[in-house]
Amino acid sequence: MEYLLLIINDPEAPTYIPEEDNIEEWSADIERRGIARTGNRLRPPSDATTVTVRDGATILTDGPFAETKEWVAGFDLIDVENLDEALEIAAAHPMARFGRVEVRPIWPFEG
Amino acid sequence: MPAPRDAATEASAALAEVVASERLRIVATLIRHTGDWDLAEDSFHDAVTRALTTWPERGIPDNPGAWLTTVARNAATDAIRRVTTERRATERHARELEPPEEEAPTMQIDDDRLRLIFTCCHPALAMESRVALTLRTVLGLTVAETAGVFLVSEQTMQKRLVRARAKIRAAGIPYRVPPLRLLPERTAGVLAVLYLLFSEGYSSGSGDDIVRPALADEAIRLTRLVAQLMPQQPEVLALLALQLFQHSRTPARLDAEGELVLLAEQDRTLWDAAAIAEAVRVLAEAETALREVGAAPGPYLLQAQIAAEHATAPTAEATRFDRIASLYARLSKISPSPVIDLNRAIAVALSDGPDAGIALLDTLDLDAPLAEYHLLHATRADLWRRRGEDAEALPHYRRALALAPTAAERRFLQRRIDEIEERAARA
Repeated sequence: MEYLLLIINDPEAPTYIPEEDNIEEWSADIERRGIARTGNRLRPPSDATTVTVRDGATILTDGPFAETKEWVAGFDLIDVENLDEALEIAAAHPMARFGRVEVRPIWPFEG
Repeated sequence: MPAPRDAATEASAALAEVVASERLRIVATLIRHTGDWDLAEDSFHDAVTRALTTWPERGIPDNPGAWLTTVARNAATDAIRRVTTERRATERHARELEPPEEEAPTMQIDDDRLRLIFTCCHPALAMESRVALTLRTVLGLTVAETAGVFLVSEQTMQKRLVRARAKIRAAGIPYRVPPLRLLPERTAGVLAVLYLLFSEGYSSGSGDDIVRPALADEAIRLTRLVAQLMPQQPEVLALLALQLFQHSRTPARLDAEGELVLLAEQDRTLWDAAAIAEAVRVLAEAETALREVGAAPGPYLLQAQIAAEHATAPTAEATRFDRIASLYARLSKISPSPVIDLNRAIAVALSDGPDAGIALLDTLDLDAPLAEYHLLHATRADLWRRRGEDAEALPHYRRALALAPTAAERRFLQRRIDEIEERAARA
């Protein structure tokens, strides 16, 4: 089953400590186990542009669709056996400690 | 040849018995085979309905449990076939053809009933969903009965159950007993649900009925099953002992008028001596199991030890409150909670006098999280009353009365206030 891990930046989370950032180890682990599909960082919401089409007109808005203190800072797509495995991988991500990780199951189109 | 009416009576008695003892096992197995919770429930219901007509005519089968299992499984297979011929092969179909690969059993635990219990209590589900699923699927309560426990409408409960089952399927919550590395944490999660179920029966948080013994009985039955399926687990045994100790007081907790009777004022001859004896035995087993694994006592063990002190004291006055206070101090270290601190202060007051209790209450940071908790105010009131200072006690009683959630507790607090006012009027 595929899961998208949304890496969330939370200003109220404990302060980021560079020495405790094990992201390289984490990435190497999911690569080695063959469960990593894709993943990357995202530029902050200040670099976002929201696109809305209404009555045929395209409206562009500077910034994210919703102003929140927490925002998505990155993502990883993983393919694992079940939710328990996805949750363990999410818990091992450094941003689970310095932010949050939201685990969303992929909903495939049946075909 | 028995008369037809006798056959029907006999058949329905046999059916009731096998449903009580085998329902959980059969439904749990059907869920594993089909991966579909609703289908499992429906197929089991079909099998029971068929037994009601077949058994009186053809006699009760030699192995009624096996009969129900086979009929329910056939009903499930038929239903899957109907769906798959109508539509393209579904996930359900795939699962039927290829039963999920069995994980290597962790410890000696490999039982469909446990799979079902662990899945219902999965931490990815909201606590109220876990309790609702456990009541409905594990204990077999109807949707209406489950709704009654939560004091919500049947429709609301139905929605909650549908959502919880949908999440199990869509989010990929595995139907299994967790592997060893996850087991301690997940077992704690199951025990939390069992304890909540019991507490809801023992002292319901709201409404007019202060106790619902039937629900407490069901919770004990389930804890007993978990203890049997996961032998030698200290915390599981400890929880069973704790529930038995608390439940033993049920006959003495309400007086003839349905009013709450405090522990100290209960008629101890009404306590269920057999339940206490069993609890003492189970607690000793838990302590032995703990020594064997060489672990520190967990929260349920300490609570069971506290309950044991109360249950085995010959009189309220002879209770070893000093030991209870020190058990609460240890409990507070491993699972800090203002309610535990409050209970510790009560034990200190009963062991060293109300002044010591009031002094401890004043040092604890109780007010912020507990400001709205009626028992904090009731405790302060009671300690002042014990010192003979009615005037100090009265405002705390009034505050407790305003916050008390159940009618029986409100009546109890009102009685205390009336007593103080009568004394004031006489003075």
